[in-house]
Amino acid sequence: MRDIVDISIVGAGPAGATAALVVGQTECRSLLIDEQRQAGGQVWRAKDRSILSAPATPESRSGDNLRERLAASGVSQMTDTRVWQIERQGEHWVIHTLRNGTAGRLYSRAVILATGAREEAQPVRGWTTPGVIGLAGATALFKQSIRLPGRASVVAGTGPLVFFVASEIRRLGGTVAAVVTPNTRADWLARLPSMMARPDLLWRGGRWVADLMLASVPIYWGHAVKSVSGDDRVIGVTLCRLATDGTPLPGDIGIAADSVCLGGGLAPSIEAAQLAGVAVRYRPDLGGWVSEAESDGSTAREGLFLAGDSCGIRGAVAAELHGQIVARTALRHIGQASASDPALERAYRRASRFGEAMTALSVLRADPIGLATPDTVVCRCESLTRRAIEDEIESGAVSSNAVKSGQRAGMGPCGGKYCQSSVARLIALQENRALSEIAPPTPRPPIRPVPVSALAGDFDYGDLPMPKPAPL
Amino acid sequence: MSENHDIAIIGGGIMGCAAALRLASGGMAPIVLDRGDLGQGASGVNAGTLSLQIKRVRLMPYALKGHEEWARMGDAVGFRRTGGYTLAFTEREAELLTERQTLKAEAGAPIEFVTNNQVLSAEPNLTRRVLAASYCHEDGYANSSLTGQYYRGRLREASVPYRERCAVTSITRDTQGFVLHTGGPPIKARRILLAAGAWLKPVAAMLGVDLPVNARINTVSVTERMPPLFATVIGHATGLLTMKQKGNGTILIGGGWQGRGTPQEGRGEVIADSLIPNLSLAQFALPKLGQARVLRSWTGFEANVPDFYPLAGELPGVPDAFVLGCVRGGYTIGPYIGRLMGDFILGHSPEMPLFNPGRDFEKDAT
Ligand SMILES: Cc1cc2nc3c(=O)[nH]c(=O)nc-3n(C[C@H](O)[C@@H](O)[C@H](O)COP(=O)(O)OP(=O)(O)OC[C@H]3O[C@@H](n4cnc5c(N)ncnc54)[C@H](O)[C@@H]3O)c2cc1C
Ligand SMILES: Cc1cc2nc3c(=O)[nH]c(=O)nc-3n(C[C@H](O)[C@H](O)[C@H](O)COP(=O)(O)OP(=O)(O)OC[C@H]3O[C@@H](n4cnc5c(N)ncnc54)[C@H](O)[C@@H]3O)c2cc1C
Repeated sequence: MRDIVDISIVGAGPAGATAALVVGQTECRSLLIDEQRQAGGQVWRAKDRSILSAPATPESRSGDNLRERLAASGVSQMTDTRVWQIERQGEHWVIHTLRNGTAGRLYSRAVILATGAREEAQPVRGWTTPGVIGLAGATALFKQSIRLPGRASVVAGTGPLVFFVASEIRRLGGTVAAVVTPNTRADWLARLPSMMARPDLLWRGGRWVADLMLASVPIYWGHAVKSVSGDDRVIGVTLCRLATDGTPLPGDIGIAADSVCLGGGLAPSIEAAQLAGVAVRYRPDLGGWVSEAESDGSTAREGLFLAGDSCGIRGAVAAELHGQIVARTALRHIGQASASDPALERAYRRASRFGEAMTALSVLRADPIGLATPDTVVCRCESLTRRAIEDEIESGAVSSNAVKSGQRAGMGPCGGKYCQSSVARLIALQENRALSEIAPPTPRPPIRPVPVSALAGDFDYGDLPMPKPAPL
Repeated sequence: MSENHDIAIIGGGIMGCAAALRLASGGMAPIVLDRGDLGQGASGVNAGTLSLQIKRVRLMPYALKGHEEWARMGDAVGFRRTGGYTLAFTEREAELLTERQTLKAEAGAPIEFVTNNQVLSAEPNLTRRVLAASYCHEDGYANSSLTGQYYRGRLREASVPYRERCAVTSITRDTQGFVLHTGGPPIKARRILLAAGAWLKPVAAMLGVDLPVNARINTVSVTERMPPLFATVIGHATGLLTMKQKGNGTILIGGGWQGRGTPQEGRGEVIADSLIPNLSLAQFALPKLGQARVLRSWTGFEANVPDFYPLAGELPGVPDAFVLGCVRGGYTIGPYIGRLMGDFILGHSPEMPLFNPGRDFEKDAT
C-alpha cells in the first residue's frame, strides 16, 4: 500500500506553517511543503546562510521563532519542493512535486493550500529597464541577502508596503530618493477606524512614516511613477499627480535615481486551487480574482482547504490566525475532534479588518494600465505592447483566453501572472464591460515549469503504458 | 425583437466557421453562435498537426484537399509545410507502420519508407533507436491558437455576424423555421447547422434527436523556447506521439493521451498518468527534449461516433437541420469538409461525398 498523509499543507508562510503547527499537535500524519529552502513564506522569509549575523528585525524574529517551533513540533517538512499539479484520484488528493530535478507524488486525505500572494506588475514606460524591481520583490532582497536595489532608489506603490520598503532601505544604509504613493493622506485617515483593530500594527506603520519624514525623504502623496528613464540602466523617473479616479494629471516631476521599487499591488495566488477545481470570483477589495472559499477555509472540493493570502489579501497577521482556523476545519474533515475556538475567530476577524483596510488602500486609485503608453510593454515574456493588445481586442478578441491565443499574452514562462490584470483591464476599457466579467485565462498545469527529464525520469521503453493505437 | 437569418450555425469552431464562410459566399445569410469564444473549443487547443500519415485511410482524399486549404491560409494561421517522419522503435511497431502507411500511400498520400540513416541525416537529434520510419513531404503544421483570430477576421470580412458568449439552450420551431433561445432575444433562422463539436449530443437532443456522440479528452503540452532541435513533424507508428518545434523555438507535444473530464462538466483535467508517458515517449524519440521545461499542458474534447467517421449531412428526421462534426483529424480536414457542407446546404452537389448522420454506426462503414 502506498503511503497516505492525512493532511498536506502547501506553502509554509504564516498561514501554512501555523496550520502545520496545529495539525502537528494531533496524532495525524501531516506534511508541510514549500518551494523555498526554509519555512517563513514571503513575510518571514529566512536569511541566506551568508548573512546570518545580520541584525534581527521583527520579521526575522517572527520567522526564526516560527522555524524553531516547527523544528520542535516534529512536523514533517519538505522544503525546496515545488508543487506542479494537484489532482483528485478516488478518495485522495495527489500532489505532484518537483524536488532536486526529480518528480514525485504524494497521496493525501486532505490538502490545505496556503500559497500566498504574487505581486502585480505596473506597466509604465521603461518598467522593464534593469534596475526596476517589484516592491514586494524588494523585501525578498532585504530579508534573504540584505542587498539593496541600488544606491539611490525611488520607492513607489500603494498601501503600507511602500513605507516598509523605504524604511528598510534606509535602515540598511541606502538612500531613498523619494517615496511615491497613489494614496493620499486623506485615504489613510479614512482607513484609521479599521486600522484601530490592530493598534500595534498601526503604530509600527506610523514609525516608518515618521522615520522617513525625519530624514527629509520626499513623500509624494497622490502621485505615481509615470515612466522610468535610462537605456540599459535606470537613471531617473518621472512622476505625475493622480486625479481621484486614478487618471494622471499634467505637470511632470523628474527625479534622479539608479533604481526603482515599483509595486503594482498584491494578488492572491489562485492557480493551485483553480487546478484542483475551485472556482474564482472577482473581489477587488481582496486583491482581484480570489478562490471561492468559506472563512473556515472549506471549498466546494471535498478535502481541499484554503488558508491565508491565497484566498484574499489580508496580510501576515491575519494569515497566521487563519492558518490555525483552517487547520481545525481540515482536522474535522478527516474525523479528528477539533472544536472551533471563538477567541481565535474573533482575533482573526480583527486582523482581517486591518488587513482588508490595507488591501483597500492598495486597490484605491490603482489603475493597472492607466499609465501605460501605447508603446509600453505589457506582456514582458513576449514583448507585447499595449498597442498590440489593444489591436487584438479591436479585432474581436474580447476575452483573456482570446487575447492569449491570438497574441501569446500569457503563454510565456510567467504563465500570464504579470500581464493578465492589464489585459483584462484593456478588454474592460475597450468593451465597456465590468472587470468582474473578464475572467482570467483558463489555468494550465504545471503551476511551475517542469523539465521534461524530471517527469520522464529513467524508464524502459517497453514499460510505457501505451494505449491501443487509433483506428486505421 | 428577434432577428431572421437564412441559417444559424451553432458552434464557432473550425467546422461551423468554415461552413459559414462557404454559405455566405454562396449567397446565404448565416449567423454563427458560440457559447464561448470562436475557436476556443477543440479547434483552438488542438496540436495543429497537419499530417497525412495519421489520417484515416478513407478520409485521405479529404485530408489531401484540407492540406491545400491550409497552404492557402498560409501565414495567417501559422502554416508550415515541413515534411514529417513517423517512427517505429520495436518490431511490432515496425509492422504496424508498414501495414498502415502502405494503405495510406495507396489512398493517395505521398508517403515513402525511409532508412534509419536517412532519418538521422535529416534529423540528427532524434534517437538512434529508430527501427523503421516513413516520410511524407506534405506533412506540416499550423498554429491552432490562431483559429479564433483567423476566423473572426474572415467572418468580419465576409460580413457574417457572429455572437460569442451566446449559448443556445433550447430550440423551438415556428412557421418559418427555428427559434434559438440563448438568454438574449431569440434568434430565428430558416435552417440550422449543428456544429457544436463534443457538445453535439446535448444540442441535437434539443431537437429530440439522439446522436451517439462520445468525446475523447486529448492532452497537449508545450515547452519553453529551445534552440533548433528538429525541423519536421515527428510522429509515432501508433499515432501516440506528435511533436513539432515552432518558429519561436517552443516544442508542442501531442498524441491523444487521455485526460479526465467530460464536455458536460466543461472542465478537462490533465492527469499525470497520461502526461508522463506522453512526455517520456517524446523524450525517447528526441533525447535532448529532456532539457526543455514544460510550460503548459492542457486538454481538449474531441468528438466521435462509434465508427469514428464524420457526421456531415442532414440531421435525421428534422427537415432543414444539418449536422457537421466528429471528424477524426478534424483540424486538418475542417476547412475542406466545412466547404463541402456549405455546398450541400446551398443545394449544390458537393465535390466529394458527405457522411450520412442517419447511418447505422455499429456497421463497419468502410
Ligand atoms: C514578494 C512578496 C513579498 C512580501 N513581503 C511582505 C512583507 O515584507 N511584509 C508584509 O507584511 N507582507 C509582505 N507580503 C505580503 C504577504 O502576502 C503576507 O501577507 C504574508 O506573507 C501572507 O502569508 P501567507 O502564509 O498567506 O503566504 P506566503 O507568506 O506568501 O507563503 C506562501 C508560501 O507558499 C509557497 N508556495 C507557493 N506556491 C507554491 C508551490 N506551487 N509549491 C511550493 N510552494 C509554494 C511559497 O514559497 C511561500 O513560502 C509580501 C508578498 C509578496 C508576494
Ligand atoms: C487536444 C486535441 C488535439 C487534436 N489534435 C489534432 C491535430 O493535431 N490535427 C488534427 O487534424 N486534428 C486534431 N484534433 C481534432 C480537431 O481539433 C477537431 O476535430 C476539430 O477542431 C473539431 O472542430 P469542431 O468545430 O467540430 O469542434 P470545436 O472546435 O470544439 O467547436 C465546437 C464549438 O461549439 C460550441 N458550442 C457547444 N455547445 C454550444 C451551444 N449549446 N451553443 C453555442 N455554442 C456551442 C463550443 O463552444 C465550441 O466552440 C485534436 C483535438 C483535440 C481535442
